[in-house]
Amino acid sequence: MSPVQTMPPRGYHLSKDELGADILEVAMGPHHPSTHGVFRMDLKLDGETVVDLKPVFGYLHRNHEKIAEDISYPMSMPFTDRLDYLCGMTNNWAYALSAEKLIEIEVPERAEYLRVIVGELTRLVNHCLLIGFFINDLGALGTPLLYALREREKILDLFEVLSGARMMVNYIRFGGVRCDLPEGWLGECQRIVDAFPAFLDEYETLLTENEIIIARAQNVGVVTREEAIDFSLTGPMLRASGVNYDIRKVDRYGIYDRFDFKIPIGGHGDCYDRFMVRMLEMRESVKILKQAIRDLPDGNIMGKAPKIFRPAPGEAYGRIEAPKGELGFYLISDGTPIPYRFKVRPPSFVNLTALRHMCLGHKVADAVIILGSIDIVLGEVDR
Amino acid sequence: MSLLAKGILKGMAVTAKNFFQSYYRKERLPTVQYPEEKSTITPFTRNFPFLLYDGDDAVDGMRCTACTLCERACPPQCIYIIKDKDEKGKPILRPRIFDIDTSVCMSCQLCVEVCPYEAIRMDSAFELSNENRFEGLLINRGDLLKSNDYYHALNPVEARETDDRIAAKNALAEAKKKARQKKTRLAAAKAKRPPSRLKKSPPAREKPPQPEKSE
Repeated sequence: MSPVQTMPPRGYHLSKDELGADILEVAMGPHHPSTHGVFRMDLKLDGETVVDLKPVFGYLHRNHEKIAEDISYPMSMPFTDRLDYLCGMTNNWAYALSAEKLIEIEVPERAEYLRVIVGELTRLVNHCLLIGFFINDLGALGTPLLYALREREKILDLFEVLSGARMMVNYIRFGGVRCDLPEGWLGECQRIVDAFPAFLDEYETLLTENEIIIARAQNVGVVTREEAIDFSLTGPMLRASGVNYDIRKVDRYGIYDRFDFKIPIGGHGDCYDRFMVRMLEMRESVKILKQAIRDLPDGNIMGKAPKIFRPAPGEAYGRIEAPKGELGFYLISDGTPIPYRFKVRPPSFVNLTALRHMCLGHKVADAVIILGSIDIVLGEVDR
Repeated sequence: MSLLAKGILKGMAVTAKNFFQSYYRKERLPTVQYPEEKSTITPFTRNFPFLLYDGDDAVDGMRCTACTLCERACPPQCIYIIKDKDEKGKPILRPRIFDIDTSVCMSCQLCVEVCPYEAIRMDSAFELSNENRFEGLLINRGDLLKSNDYYHALNPVEARETDDRIAAKNALAEAKKKARQKKTRLAAAKAKRPPSRLKKSPPAREKPPQPEKSE
């Protein structure tokens, strides 16, 4: 036997003593194109089959909650954009909602409508991008993703005109929104919303009947109804498993009780259902947008917010249906202008806890698309 | 899975449509060849803050009064202000040092919102790369100060609104000042005039000072 032992290649090693020679440990990530950010999966493989999986995260931890406990309430607003950096508007909205609960500010009607419009546009942005990346994970490199990005670009341009930035919008304030619509914005928004169903039709023709997608995504990563509730999944993940639970319908926060829309629900809880639920949700969002643009009233955009935000001692939890699921902010006030406790309930972090359960027994390539179908953003998972 | 793979063929038709239309339809290929060709940015785009001055002289016309509201409202604490003093050590209402560290700034626009003097605004300039990552990204007062004309070129609508607001504020302050002057003048005239005899009972307070004054 040669005295020089060859080192195993970087990235994986065999642990013969514990597992037996045929189990392979692979660290997938943190820099892997299909993990959607800096996220690591420690896989134990028997051949191609996943026998164990450990999600490891925290690479993008930025101390969001602790920073927020050192600065005043309004100063945390731009930081919330950076949580789920694809949907800044809904993050702003959730934080504003919990702060408004804390100090009881009345939001004017026009501001509520504007919030609904930007919130639903954000849902379109997020779902477009997610479906594009999901198909990308399946191996269709580029083409469907770029079609989705092309449509997303138009909505981001709208955000830029409205708020000054494409993603880090910082638009919603306690008691209203920061600025009113610029001239011509609503017409442009109406044009994009009217043209969106045509894109969805084309996109569905491209994807939903594709035999490869059906073969790869159906019956992969199944979460049953009971398991989904036990994992406390929310958002499209939960609805794909057949649970009718949408906070827009349950809480009816803001003015969501005025709109006529349906909640798409899946039947199997597999990757294909999760993909399809998002596809259908986009159509419902377009419906809400059309109604909101039609009914948008005139009036104030800012309620009577106090100049110095100093809530009475107490606590508040505000939650909304973000594109990824239930996004909640839990605030405890001790009577000072600085929050005593600032807790974020991020949807993708909680949804990620079901990853191991979904991946066991599947192939490595399936683990990639299961992760893609969860729709995680590491800015929100690690905070 | 059907042998004919009908779904895949349908999808291929969509791809082909996109491919051929990208040659003659703008909405199928909206990309811009960046360094040669630049897409237009909206006047509302915000990047980094700058300071405004009125008139020709940047230092004298500075709107900023070094009240440090923006310094305190800045979430990542990227603004640094030191108040100015004249030779005798008397404070002047303007900053001697006003630094913004653009490597820290996160373009949130909170400084613009808190400023009561309309002195700070967001710029849309991009391509700001610099060779020196410490001094090059720390922008000091001289580079931050931009004229009101620059702001008008950047965002005409908002600049006009701001000018109107400042004019209204100035007019109000002027009116208040005039009213105060008038009041003091009236009061002075009243004090000089002897108390009217038509009044049945002159105010009790006015009587005692008169003998004191005469003495």
